[in-house]
Amino acid sequence: MMRLLLLRLGQAALVCWSVGTLSFILMHLLPGNMAFRVAAGRYGYDNLNLAAAQAVEIELGLDQPVWEQYLNWLLDLMRFDFGNSLVSGLPIAHELMHFLEHTLMLAVTAMLLALLLALPIGIYAAIRENCWFDRASLLMSVLLRAQPVFMVGLVLLLIFSLQLRWLPVAGFDGPRFLILPAISLALVLAALSSRVIRHAGVEVIHSAFFQFSRIKGLSFGQTLIRHGLRNAALPVVAFLGIQLVTLIEGIVMIESLFSWPGLGHGLAHAVFNRDVPMIQGAAMSLGLLFVVLNLWVDIACHLIDPRGRAES
Amino acid sequence: MSFRAKELVLPVLRYGLLWTLALVLSACQPNQDPETLNISGPFEFTSQDPSRTGYVYTRLQVAETLVEVAPDGHLLPGLAEYWSAEDGGLRWQFQLRSGVRFHDGQVLEAQTVVQALEIARTKPGILNTLPITQITAEEPLKLSIQLSRPHQPLPAVLAHFSAVILSPASYNAEGQVTWMQGTGPYRLIEFGPPHRLLVQRFEGYWGKVAQIPKVLYLTGHRAESRALQVMAGQTDIVYTLDPASLDLLKRRKDAQVHSELIPRTIQIKLNAGHPYLKDLKARQAISLALDRSGIATHVLRVPGTEANQLIPPMLKDWHLPALAPIAQDLKQAQALLQELGWQADEQGILHREGQRFQLKMITYADRPELLVIGTAIQAQLRALGIDMGLSVVNSSGIPSAHHDGSLELALIARNYGTVADPLSLLLLDFGAQGNGDWGGMNWNNTAFPQLLHELEAEQDATLYQRKAQQAAQMLVDELPAIPVLFYTQQTATAQRVKHFSFDPYERNYHLSDMRLATP
Repeated sequence: MMRLLLLRLGQAALVCWSVGTLSFILMHLLPGNMAFRVAAGRYGYDNLNLAAAQAVEIELGLDQPVWEQYLNWLLDLMRFDFGNSLVSGLPIAHELMHFLEHTLMLAVTAMLLALLLALPIGIYAAIRENCWFDRASLLMSVLLRAQPVFMVGLVLLLIFSLQLRWLPVAGFDGPRFLILPAISLALVLAALSSRVIRHAGVEVIHSAFFQFSRIKGLSFGQTLIRHGLRNAALPVVAFLGIQLVTLIEGIVMIESLFSWPGLGHGLAHAVFNRDVPMIQGAAMSLGLLFVVLNLWVDIACHLIDPRGRAES
Repeated sequence: MSFRAKELVLPVLRYGLLWTLALVLSACQPNQDPETLNISGPFEFTSQDPSRTGYVYTRLQVAETLVEVAPDGHLLPGLAEYWSAEDGGLRWQFQLRSGVRFHDGQVLEAQTVVQALEIARTKPGILNTLPITQITAEEPLKLSIQLSRPHQPLPAVLAHFSAVILSPASYNAEGQVTWMQGTGPYRLIEFGPPHRLLVQRFEGYWGKVAQIPKVLYLTGHRAESRALQVMAGQTDIVYTLDPASLDLLKRRKDAQVHSELIPRTIQIKLNAGHPYLKDLKARQAISLALDRSGIATHVLRVPGTEANQLIPPMLKDWHLPALAPIAQDLKQAQALLQELGWQADEQGILHREGQRFQLKMITYADRPELLVIGTAIQAQLRALGIDMGLSVVNSSGIPSAHHDGSLELALIARNYGTVADPLSLLLLDFGAQGNGDWGGMNWNNTAFPQLLHELEAEQDATLYQRKAQQAAQMLVDELPAIPVLFYTQQTATAQRVKHFSFDPYERNYHLSDMRLATP
């Protein structure tokens, strides 16, 4: 376990350095004058001129050599100081927390809703293998998964916001605003995971140990709870780890559709404004999110599977 | 299978679905909060610093300026009751309004105004271009501003959003605004950059107290989403709609669309020193090749907004009302280019001395309509025989390309109403020998800036207007920039919003005059 934690910690450090460095290089390779870009982000295009750009250049030290700027960033990173946003002047950590809070809120809610939908549907479809419910859930999964996530969001938006006028269209001002983006993401996630759960369940039900347990005299329910669920959970949890990639991708699209003030949105705006520290911070956060979520998956697998624990 | 699946799975399924449904239904209620006006627009804010996004706070009526602007462009008393110029326009005196309190309880005095203006002058913006030598508090409610040379539009510049007067407690030691304490009818209570602002009625306001207790501003990044917000009853007022949503909204009974001409002009900034554009005839040919009516009617869907000059009609001193519209005339345009030696090849593209008439236009995505108009212009210039490439850059790419000399053509939307008198803006755009970041480029005209400097010192209103008209005519004759369309602001309001009005200068949303009808 300790080895795993150290490995993930090393990965996290590598992600921070590589993502930050790559963002820095890419931003400096982009055409256009950085001081003008930052000044446009700060003062808006109506008030942008050479004087504003020069003031920004002097204030932020953009006239320093690039390697010096890079070394300063690296030293700050080692001190866990992400610096300040070039546009707002606020500490990056503060801005990131604001965006991260919204992204995590959306991701966790979507994941929970997806599990709430996928688990009972998948398990019931596995138990009733090849019956009408199993086929219907397959059809729904295919239909939902074939759509890009924003299409699902758009359909929900048209029904629940525009026609029924129950839920807000976009923005964030309380839990009501969370429902549509979270359900859109959850439906797409559940479409695939319900099938994985179903297949894992069918495999377990047909396995020799499951049959043996039944012959031993345990009821189907007892067998499922004592031997089935834990065995079926392993591939499902591992799959959820992979599905997190879809979740993060989906979040960026859903944030755009619903004007959700999350990391994807923050990253896009930082790129427009050439706010390098903000880009580095947002990209690093997304990278670290992957590492942390994978660590959780590893820990979950470790706890579920006693064989793995015995080996370690 | 002997197991009764219903026992295990169905309850989970049932309760899960019920829980989800309950959660959704509990949250499902249309926006009918009688206490809060919900508004949405495209602008984001990252700071409370007036020099950056001060317009957000004047629009929401949190902060006020010494001078206000009427919808017809006349200057009105704001925090200053009256003002006068002395010593040939070198010294200005402002008498402040008495009994004005900031949101933190502090009383407005000349000294607090001096501090606010001095801090504002240190920041980039229109204020630090003024020839101010000293700002002095002469009496508790009397302020004087000393200039190094006369500058007639000074009161108009003091109505700019970067010149808002804030309480001393608003600033930290470095002069940064930590929390805005203004004097307006609403005070800031929640600041959630970049998308959420909540303001509350200020009971101690010196004027008429606002009717609606709270106003919530939420940034709506996409124009389509903003239109849907008002259709869904989520938002009461939505500013800046896209052309595609207009027809949809106009057909609805529960929303109203308001179209107002604003002093912003969509124009082509050009490099007048470019070998293909340095001759006036070439610029005239490009202007004549544009089908402005087509763009206004079919692209922006607002007929009647065709621009025949740079300065829009509401800036009366600077607008030439008798000037005829510029109709598309390809034949005359082709004849002008032929006079310059351009001949069309078999594909219709013009050539001269082995050179192809090829130009690059840049524009920016901050205003989505610019790209669509740019492609229309690309097709219209192709009909004339000009091969024009179009690329989208960040808005900063325009002044940046101006300074590095790489700019050929740029499609921009210039706001001539950021200051009620456009003289200050024209000085920025055409003041440096006819050139400026968003104005002329390599125009190298000395008569025009000379006229602008004369206007700075002109105190006679009639003479001022005459000279301003003369300046406007020079821009029409010389075409250092080509006008395309005047801009129309499209706003949608929900049925429950009463007494809505729109300020064409976009300084003030007049929220304190509005009220919400009870359902």
